[in-house]
Amino acid sequence: MKVAHNTDAVALTIFIVLFVGVAVLGFIAARWRRGDLSLLDEWGLGGRRFGSVVTWFLLGGDLYTAYTFIAVPALVFGTGAAGFFALPYTIMMYPFVFVVMPRLSSVAHRHGYVTPADFVRGRYGSRGLSTAVAFTGLLATMPYIALQLVGIQVVLGAMGVNGDWPLIIAFAVLAAYTYQSGLRAPALIALVKDALIYITVLVAVIYIPSKVGGFGHIFDSAKSALPHKTTPTGKPAAFLPGTTAAQQAYATLALGSALALFLYPHSITGVLSSKGSDVIRRNSVVLPAYTFLLGLIALLGYMTIAAGITPKNPNYAVPDLFIHFFPSWFTGVAFSAIAIGALVPAAIMSIAAANLFTRNIYKEFLRPQASGSEEAQMAKIVSLLVKVGALLFVIFLPTKYAIDLQLLGGVWILQTLPAIIIGLYTRWFHRWALMIGWAVGMGWGTWMAADQSFKTSVYNLDLFGWKFSAYEGVFALVANLILAAALTLVFALVGARDRADETRDEDYSEFRREVARPTPGVAH
Amino acid sequence: MNGSNNGRRRIWYLLLLAPFVGLLFPGWYARSDPELFGFPFFYWYQFAWVIVAAAITLVVYLLTRSERQ
Repeated sequence: MKVAHNTDAVALTIFIVLFVGVAVLGFIAARWRRGDLSLLDEWGLGGRRFGSVVTWFLLGGDLYTAYTFIAVPALVFGTGAAGFFALPYTIMMYPFVFVVMPRLSSVAHRHGYVTPADFVRGRYGSRGLSTAVAFTGLLATMPYIALQLVGIQVVLGAMGVNGDWPLIIAFAVLAAYTYQSGLRAPALIALVKDALIYITVLVAVIYIPSKVGGFGHIFDSAKSALPHKTTPTGKPAAFLPGTTAAQQAYATLALGSALALFLYPHSITGVLSSKGSDVIRRNSVVLPAYTFLLGLIALLGYMTIAAGITPKNPNYAVPDLFIHFFPSWFTGVAFSAIAIGALVPAAIMSIAAANLFTRNIYKEFLRPQASGSEEAQMAKIVSLLVKVGALLFVIFLPTKYAIDLQLLGGVWILQTLPAIIIGLYTRWFHRWALMIGWAVGMGWGTWMAADQSFKTSVYNLDLFGWKFSAYEGVFALVANLILAAALTLVFALVGARDRADETRDEDYSEFRREVARPTPGVAH
Repeated sequence: MNGSNNGRRRIWYLLLLAPFVGLLFPGWYARSDPELFGFPFFYWYQFAWVIVAAAITLVVYLLTRSERQ
């Protein structure tokens, strides 16, 4: 059954009202917890004062993006169980965040680091390495912003609104209040966005199953329909990951993505805007509420199958489901939730990209003497340029490019793990070794993805008869780590000098006892 | 608190490995039975881990809190 995308006046009116309301909130946010917005710390990190509750909304809005809400059920609709890796991915992420991110937050507070590249610069004393980290962050973030626009495009299209103008207006408004209010805008808007998303999803997972015959029937219809679907790689969709290759792919996609998400500049911006380490630890306990929600959203893909809806492309799996079952007014609420859900991460991503450019490229290479207010002014302008770039990308290039690049973005950002995450624990690695490991990981990761025409992020490696299927990012990271370790040993043997480390062991933790008890394995 | 007590508390962090052990081997849980509320095992098992993992993280948070004071 096809669902028509007619112009729906009621849904559209509710959509516009909520959108305008959120825009007003974005401008008002400048006055919230007032700070001097001509400083980068205030504009780009909200003054590093957000407590547990605001951080929960901010990170929830930042990590679980509109594109996720469209793409995860689309993947489950089209490929079955494989799309469900989003659940183990966002479960394993939090124990990792609980252990690692408080260290980053502590050292960043101590030294005034705004970006992950700032930390790498301070830790390794290396401009080359920090530029590589900043460059990777920018490269991975840009297509991610573009994909948020795709999320808005899909819901507008489902309401019968086509053409580029509505998108341009939405992004112009977003750009204006981000320029004005900085990180405070998405932080405040995230409250509205998350409330709308929770309401929409809870209503959907209670109401829709009652209409299509319960969860038992939903799973049964998925089970019988999936083997007849063909995934982009040409294999049939599956209700359970039955083969060894499918299981290896499932596990490595989940693990690699879990390690990657908090390396993205926008996630780190969310972490650094919090008041301190304890806020991050508490959030690792309560953020899984969004993971549960994401799992329910993934199941919407199966509900679309059970309802017999055939969307014009999988991205419309959820919008078509909502149009089919919900009255117009609630469809309006649900679509607003998705569109506003795109604005929050788009704002944070553009702020993170602006911080990176300003701190690690502009100030590093072009104007080392830039004052605090010059920095903030530059960042505001860059946040505008980044959005214009994303808009042009989506308007003039096929959506496929943004999706391919975002897929590559995950592979790329994972290659900064040795410098950032391992760097939080030890200075053992030599900066050149990290650089070369990064370059090889980037190159090989990109090659693997291109070799399969970007149809999948899983690569089948055949190493002298030993076969393994895994997420390309994980393969590239393993190569990166082996190379970095081996070269560090080589550099140590030839006696290559390393640069000074401006951080000290006690900077990484708020425990006072750490001072007397250095972390094992730290070489000085 | 002395140093050895502090070290003992750090052992609790090992609990955080449980979700990785529980989820990184889909061969263990890629099956349909037993079902729960109409959910095949593969699906409800992973939903259950959302709650279990959050509970474990909470326990570790509480048990290691005193060393951070």
